[in-house]
Amino acid sequence: MIASLSLVLLCQLAGEALVRGIGAPMPGPVIGLMFLLVLLLLRDRFAVLARGPLLGGEADGVESISRGLLANLSLLFVPAGVGVVQKLDLIVNHGIAFLGVLAISVLITLLVTVGTFIVASRLMTRGESER
Amino acid sequence: MSGDPFSLWVYLSQSPLLWLTVTLLVYAITDAISIWTHRHPLANPVLHSMWIIGAFLKLTNTSYTTYFGGAQFVHFLLGPATVALAVPLYENRKVVASAILPMLVALAAGSVTAVASVMLFAEAVGLPREVVLSMAPKSVTAGVAMGISESLHADPSLTAVAVILTGIMGAITVTPLMNWMGITDFRARGFAVGIAAHGIGTARAFQVDAVAGVFAGIAMSLNALVTSLLVPLAVTFLLR
Repeated sequence: MIASLSLVLLCQLAGEALVRGIGAPMPGPVIGLMFLLVLLLLRDRFAVLARGPLLGGEADGVESISRGLLANLSLLFVPAGVGVVQKLDLIVNHGIAFLGVLAISVLITLLVTVGTFIVASRLMTRGESER
Repeated sequence: MSGDPFSLWVYLSQSPLLWLTVTLLVYAITDAISIWTHRHPLANPVLHSMWIIGAFLKLTNTSYTTYFGGAQFVHFLLGPATVALAVPLYENRKVVASAILPMLVALAAGSVTAVASVMLFAEAVGLPREVVLSMAPKSVTAGVAMGISESLHADPSLTAVAVILTGIMGAITVTPLMNWMGITDFRARGFAVGIAAHGIGTARAFQVDAVAGVFAGIAMSLNALVTSLLVPLAVTFLLR
């Protein structure tokens, strides 16, 4: 378990270092995600990598620790959420308009994104079947 | 009895142990209720944990800094959890690879809509300019959004409020909205909530469906990149 956690942290560390190093405008953990993905894909190609946390199918491998983290993803937002409760006066100052604008924007964004995705995916499958 | 309860409280309330325990315990209870209600959207564990803990801090007159001393251990795991998204992405790589094109089109449409809609509506209802700028990056994860807000000389703490509220609203509305519209494609449902409601929406997507969670995670990551480029553009073109 410790080896798997170390591997996850190592990917994040490499991501943060790269982002800081080249001054890229993206979050370090997202680059870390790509490093871990590449490692998992390389493991399938080169058997020599399939050991320790990358063995696969192990109860304490990197896969199971990642699944554990993601199963409790909601928990990780609680500290930041409590910070918002502390700043309720900011919302009260700007009143109902602030909440209303956010709510409408969320609904429109959900509808536009889901609509675009479905239309694009149907056009693509139709294009393939006609070929 | 040698020590009085007050001095015991003073000691414990300054230690990380108490606030870490409170965070985990309140979440464990709200998550159990969420499971008990079959993940009902209104039983969102983030929403209920944050107001219960917030009220508790108010009642005990505890500062957020003291609370964060304990809660930071949980907060820290956000980074590793982002890296961990690689695993479901790897396991569903075939489904993801076959949907690259719809994802890119939906990313473009969704991130433009997220930024433009909030800025135009906020201007229309007459919110002050600083508030409009602070709300612009509300659909991306808090760390990135606060960075964007800072670069616009807006108010990062107001941005954080907008980000968290957006996440909660998206997580609560996505399931009823998509069911009502009869959308059964969990790739599209997940992708939409990842664009609109970042990590809190992604957490909701993982509760509902594994494939939805993967697509939400991809959408959230890509949206963080696109929005940081998009907001300065939108400020130039939409606000005069």
